[in-house]
Amino acid sequence: MRKLTLALAAFAVGATASTGPAMAQNEQFLPSLVYRTGPYAPNGIPFANGVADYWTLINERDGGINGVKIVFEECETGYATDKGVECYERLKGKGPTGAGYFSPLSTGITFALTEKVPGDKIPLLTMGYGRSESRNGAVFPWNFVAVGSYWTAADVAIQHIAKEFGGFDKLKDKKISLVYHDSPYGKEPIAALEARAKLHGFTFKGIPVTHPGVEQKSQWLSIRQDRPDYVLLWGWGVMNSTAIKEAAAVGYPRDKVMGVWWSGAEPDVTPAGDQSTGYKALMLQHGAGKAKVHADLEKHVIGKGKSPTKDDFAQVLYNRGLLNSMLGVEAIRTAMKKYGNKPMTGEQIRWGFENLNLTADRIKELGFEGMVSPIKLSCEDHQGADVARVQQWDGKNWKVISEYYTADRKILDPMVKDAAAKYAAEKKITPRDCSKES
Amino acid sequence: MIGLGQFLEVLFSGLLSGVLYSLVALGFVLIFKASGVFNFAQGAMVLLAGLALVRSLDFLVANGFPFWSAVILGLLFAAMIMAITAWMVQRFVLGPLINQDGLTLFMATIGITFVLEGAAQMIFGSDVYPLRLFPTDAWFLFEGNFPGGLLVSKIDVWGGLIAAVLVAGLAVFFQRTKTGRALRAVADDHAAAQSVGISLNWIWFIVWLVAGLVALVAATVWGTKLGVQFSIVFLALKALPVLIIGGFTSVPGAIVGGLIVGAGEKLAEAYLGPFIGGGIEYWFAYVLALVVLMVRPQGLYGERIIERI
Amino acid sequence: MFYRETGQFKTSYAADMAIFPIRQDRIALWAVLAFAFIGVPLLASFQVWPFGGEYMLRAILIPFLILSLAAIGLNILTGYCGQLSLGSGAFMAIGAYSAYKFSTGVHIPLEIFSISIPPLPMLPSILLGALMSCLVGILFGIPSLRIKGLYLAVATLAAQFFFDWVFSRVKWFTNYTPSGSVAAPELNFFGFVVNSPVERYLLCLVFVTLFALMAKNLVRGSIGRQWMAIRDMDIAAELMGIRPLYAKLTAFAVSSFVMGVAGALWAFVYLGAWEPLAFNIDRSFQILFMVIIGGLGSILGSFLGAAFILILPILLDQVPQALGVPLTVETVSHLVFIVTGALICWLLIVEPHGFARLWSTAKEKLRLWPYPY
Repeated sequence: MRKLTLALAAFAVGATASTGPAMAQNEQFLPSLVYRTGPYAPNGIPFANGVADYWTLINERDGGINGVKIVFEECETGYATDKGVECYERLKGKGPTGAGYFSPLSTGITFALTEKVPGDKIPLLTMGYGRSESRNGAVFPWNFVAVGSYWTAADVAIQHIAKEFGGFDKLKDKKISLVYHDSPYGKEPIAALEARAKLHGFTFKGIPVTHPGVEQKSQWLSIRQDRPDYVLLWGWGVMNSTAIKEAAAVGYPRDKVMGVWWSGAEPDVTPAGDQSTGYKALMLQHGAGKAKVHADLEKHVIGKGKSPTKDDFAQVLYNRGLLNSMLGVEAIRTAMKKYGNKPMTGEQIRWGFENLNLTADRIKELGFEGMVSPIKLSCEDHQGADVARVQQWDGKNWKVISEYYTADRKILDPMVKDAAAKYAAEKKITPRDCSKES
Repeated sequence: MIGLGQFLEVLFSGLLSGVLYSLVALGFVLIFKASGVFNFAQGAMVLLAGLALVRSLDFLVANGFPFWSAVILGLLFAAMIMAITAWMVQRFVLGPLINQDGLTLFMATIGITFVLEGAAQMIFGSDVYPLRLFPTDAWFLFEGNFPGGLLVSKIDVWGGLIAAVLVAGLAVFFQRTKTGRALRAVADDHAAAQSVGISLNWIWFIVWLVAGLVALVAATVWGTKLGVQFSIVFLALKALPVLIIGGFTSVPGAIVGGLIVGAGEKLAEAYLGPFIGGGIEYWFAYVLALVVLMVRPQGLYGERIIERI
Repeated sequence: MFYRETGQFKTSYAADMAIFPIRQDRIALWAVLAFAFIGVPLLASFQVWPFGGEYMLRAILIPFLILSLAAIGLNILTGYCGQLSLGSGAFMAIGAYSAYKFSTGVHIPLEIFSISIPPLPMLPSILLGALMSCLVGILFGIPSLRIKGLYLAVATLAAQFFFDWVFSRVKWFTNYTPSGSVAAPELNFFGFVVNSPVERYLLCLVFVTLFALMAKNLVRGSIGRQWMAIRDMDIAAELMGIRPLYAKLTAFAVSSFVMGVAGALWAFVYLGAWEPLAFNIDRSFQILFMVIIGGLGSILGSFLGAAFILILPILLDQVPQALGVPLTVETVSHLVFIVTGALICWLLIVEPHGFARLWSTAKEKLRLWPYPY
């Protein structure tokens, strides 16, 4: 009986595998771990659509990356770590050169895959999430926390608060609370916030909310009693809109609540209706709204009915999906410059990421002007950018209300170094010598 | 010194949110009482009812119906969906499983949960849909006596009122109507009820229908509070400690259990949480339930378990 | 015709009481074991379909083995001793986190009572981790003396939620990592580092085989009979002189020990890095499904149930694509939910006692085949 089950399982695996050889050899396989169902689906769907639409655009408009067609496949993770690992194993070997890179859009799955990618030599693009210390490319050769980490976000958030209060010296004896999702995702910023609290003398308090965050009454009652001067929100999914509603219910001013960039999209504010007006959130550089690339998408992808995208077009998370795919595609293009116009392996794409240099001109050419500032990754620096802005919900749209802030690397770099060194010691990793990498 | 104002505020909001858990727990009790099935699918039924309501409501409003008539039509549509669900559950799952032991039936309701979760999301979508039936802001009472006043959420009060009406309605239904009496007879003794001509299949359909309607009521309140979305199924887990404190078979028990759990967990979170790290309300409700069960193994209002050899 | 015990005479009590008294069963068992221990690694190393590639081993066989082990653990408690538990995830988590602590060094910095244990090798770490799970299991087993049935099931959720909270809140358990997620240390067994998928698979297989044999023997022995007496009617068992305290607590102890081992393997071998969410309530439910679908009170059933609950959704997920049906991931995922749920209901209607009962019915039929009376 056990054998029978195995045989059955084998049947399905074999059946999918058998489609492999039929594929043309000039194709780049890109996997997409998505969650279109389950508690986090409202946030997962727009991101997944953005990711897929940009790849389709590259195929439809340009005929692929330098003539190499993108073939992609989605796998539903439901935000569960074990399902994510199964999807990873399922997709990693597909296509002529294997999976190009993975973007799990879940901190938990990122942690699990971080242990697996070195063996399989596949880069992990975790744009704006994942391990903050994986910025250190010497210890984490395969992780790319491109564009921004949670520590960057925490630092920028404090800078913005200081600006609102009129300078860092005004932060002294202020109270700043963090309402966070009780998981690795929510806990990541605490270290950076504590470092800033020590520096400027404000009182920091972390208030955990248990997954999935449908019940936050007591947390917000304690905030009502405590009257912190600012509340930071590190939530995901239903937790964000619930937090805004509870803030409104206890009469805490929404313009003193600021979310991370994962708490600053349309599904987070619309369920709370008018109560969300004034709520602020960080931007992972980009916001909602259309850039030049959206016109191409409307013409080549949406107009041709090649996408499930509906209302979420040009929303915050959709745009983030576009940006995620754009970085991946540009990394592949960079790799092709060195290795030739053929499907790239994971190792070659990693080289592409490490030598990725998106200049302002290139960003304009790609149609992403205004969505991302120039970014340059390297062997030592897998993040490449330290900037973020703040946006505010006016009841209908997100409005950008600040200039770019630059996170203070004097504070963050030692933290990255310490955490990476600790990880290296624990896992017995000898860091690469980046000066010797070509 | 702990402020009296804060204490009262936490206590009130705890009691009221406890009643909201009771709304979900009531569905469990009804089905367990009449058929001995521990219905794990109650959370999924709330999701299905909520989605059916909010989607039909959006559709009607978009087609020019005035809001309140759309609400009534939406409620009718959702009630119809729940009736179809009740009939299918009875006809295809519980009917064939008659006379099986409790664990098998429990497992079957988990199967039903999967089907309902998949079907509800497939038909109505897996996005988050805002529902605006009740006001969600708050009153600030006794502002003269306490600084800032006592905060009471309107939605919680609405939930409490609805629960009260619901319990009263159920009491009348069970005590005064013919079907209600038949339900109680079945709950007492299946075989005896059958021998006086009560159709078990019909009764169980009615029970699932009533549980479905209770789920719909819970969905209106919780949907307003959270927006209708998948996370609503997790409410089932918040309702379980309520259920075992009150006892599986008692409608008033579900309300009292809700009050105890709500007040207990909110007070614990507010006064114990800061010392041991916060986020304790999830397990605190269960530990509270465990303590109650150690004293009364059948819950506060449950029927005494008499064991014979 | 092929499955007939006629002519197999037992000449000693020992032979009569063997685990598998029927010759065909023994042959089948050895065949399965030989295939699992020798066949699969050989096929995998020769890249024979479907064992070539790593997917089969890493994503199906390894989780299947580990979850089977957890299901065996729960089956001892629920299937043999009749104590319904929804806290399996917690006991797996205790196994995983304690093993992690033992393998990275335990240091309890109290002024009066300071303990320091240097990092231990992998095998003792896993076993000590399981022992911790066993001790906590005994503690949470005490209420079972008073609370019964579904009430007990809900009460065990207290353990589930409490330990979810402990491991995410008490930083000592995660060695003060900022995110609260921990990574497994190197899997070093007596100097041999387990790394490749085949090695990991064999490691799990060794554990599962040993514990399955142990469980099979335990439930045949005196203690197993006590458990079953308690399950069938505890008051009657008590009157016959079986101590409920001893029987129930041993069941909790053995069960949580096995689940602790499974938890450590799940974390170290399958996931590699984990957070408390890896052992949340969904895991507890998943293991309970396996036990009920597989068959309460059957070791074989634990394997069958694990195969069904784990592999069915994965299979269903891939069927539309394999057949070339263009469905979105969303629709497929909803369909998987619906079909899995419907199959569970259908299976329960056809055979409420799970796969194990189907299996024994099949054996009954085979005995008479091809000449039924």
